Amino acid sequence: MAFSLPPLPYAKDALAPYISEETLEYHYGKHHQAYVNNLNKLVDGTADAERSLEEIIVNADGGVFNNAAQVWNHTFYWEGLKPNGGVPEGALVDAIDRDFGSVDALKQALTEAATTQFGSGWAWLVVDGGSLAVTKTGNADMPLRHDQKPLWTIDVWEHAYYIDYRNARPEYIQKVLDNLMNWDFIIDNYARAMRL
Amino acid sequence: MAFELPTLPYAYDALEPHIDARTMEIHHTKHHQTYVTNVNKALEGSPLASKSVEELLRDIKSVPEDIRQAVINNGGGHANHSLFWQIMGPGKGGEPSGDLSKAIGSAFGGFDSFKETFAKAATTRFGSGWAWLVKDGQGNLNVYSTANQDSPLMEGHVPILGIDVWEHAYYLNYQNRRPDYINAWWNVVNWDKVAELYASK
Repeated sequence: MAFSLPPLPYAKDALAPYISEETLEYHYGKHHQAYVNNLNKLVDGTADAERSLEEIIVNADGGVFNNAAQVWNHTFYWEGLKPNGGVPEGALVDAIDRDFGSVDALKQALTEAATTQFGSGWAWLVVDGGSLAVTKTGNADMPLRHDQKPLWTIDVWEHAYYIDYRNARPEYIQKVLDNLMNWDFIIDNYARAMRL
Repeated sequence: MAFELPTLPYAYDALEPHIDARTMEIHHTKHHQTYVTNVNKALEGSPLASKSVEELLRDIKSVPEDIRQAVINNGGGHANHSLFWQIMGPGKGGEPSGDLSKAIGSAFGGFDSFKETFAKAATTRFGSGWAWLVKDGQGNLNVYSTANQDSPLMEGHVPILGIDVWEHAYYLNYQNRRPDYINAWWNVVNWDKVAELYASK
């Protein structure tokens, strides 16, 4: 069974003005779609064609890993973005206070990781051994490869922000953190990760 | 003495329509400038600051560990972009001649198959990076790609041609279509400069 591009959870202009409709047309319609197409081409006729995306990600290398992980990463990125995406609350807030000191400090850690990921990659909020942590990964690399449970991510490949922000990656990061974090999604992911 | 952003040897719009003026200006004044600023910051107060960026990269192991990655990234970014501007030019393209042509012929079986090998290296570099034509210690030509701003100088090779395949090099004009950018880029390659680099050292 072939992998398919999951529907975007909102209209292509839903993240404007912070992320433009034009960016989503390319980022979702071209880049994300290309990873799906490439993955299907690579796994066609192999045992991976019958595996789940997560199974492939944990076990595969090379082009199969790159494309499978990028399919997963982008789907997760889209779900983590939302205008008016709620506020941190409940057990998540307690954990943020415990592990970072405050929501602002968490955002500061995410900003630092996303800004300093050299080249293409991602910054993540993860659960690592019961604690919250902020990480960064290069290219397609992602938390499932490191026994971590991802809660949220920001894409810092240049294609994620170049149309809207050019070289100003820090500005893109700030706009996303201030306006597009889907906290409801993070709360759900945290509950699932901790089996609350 | 601190590194400085080299002046572009042609106008920002000189490589149109293959590389647009807006891309050239941001690439030169923002991206390249940032590498220059950051390598200077990394080397501030270090005795290594008197060396050329090529010397630093060729002997990267002598750079202290706490600043080594910053020098690889930003010194590499400075060296790579400085070369990139030089090996392009307006009204260029075509094919190499003379010794370089012969060397490419014997290393790759002809100019077309060289182009194919080089384009494949550039297309398949996953994420950010560069594809290179390098001269190794024995003077032999080789094609490969490197990630991010990793320089062939760190391998003891002399880069004589390179294409930047970071998305910032082509996204405003070509968006996701990296192969189209690579294809168009052949029209601006300054083979006289590449031949000069091949002949030197």
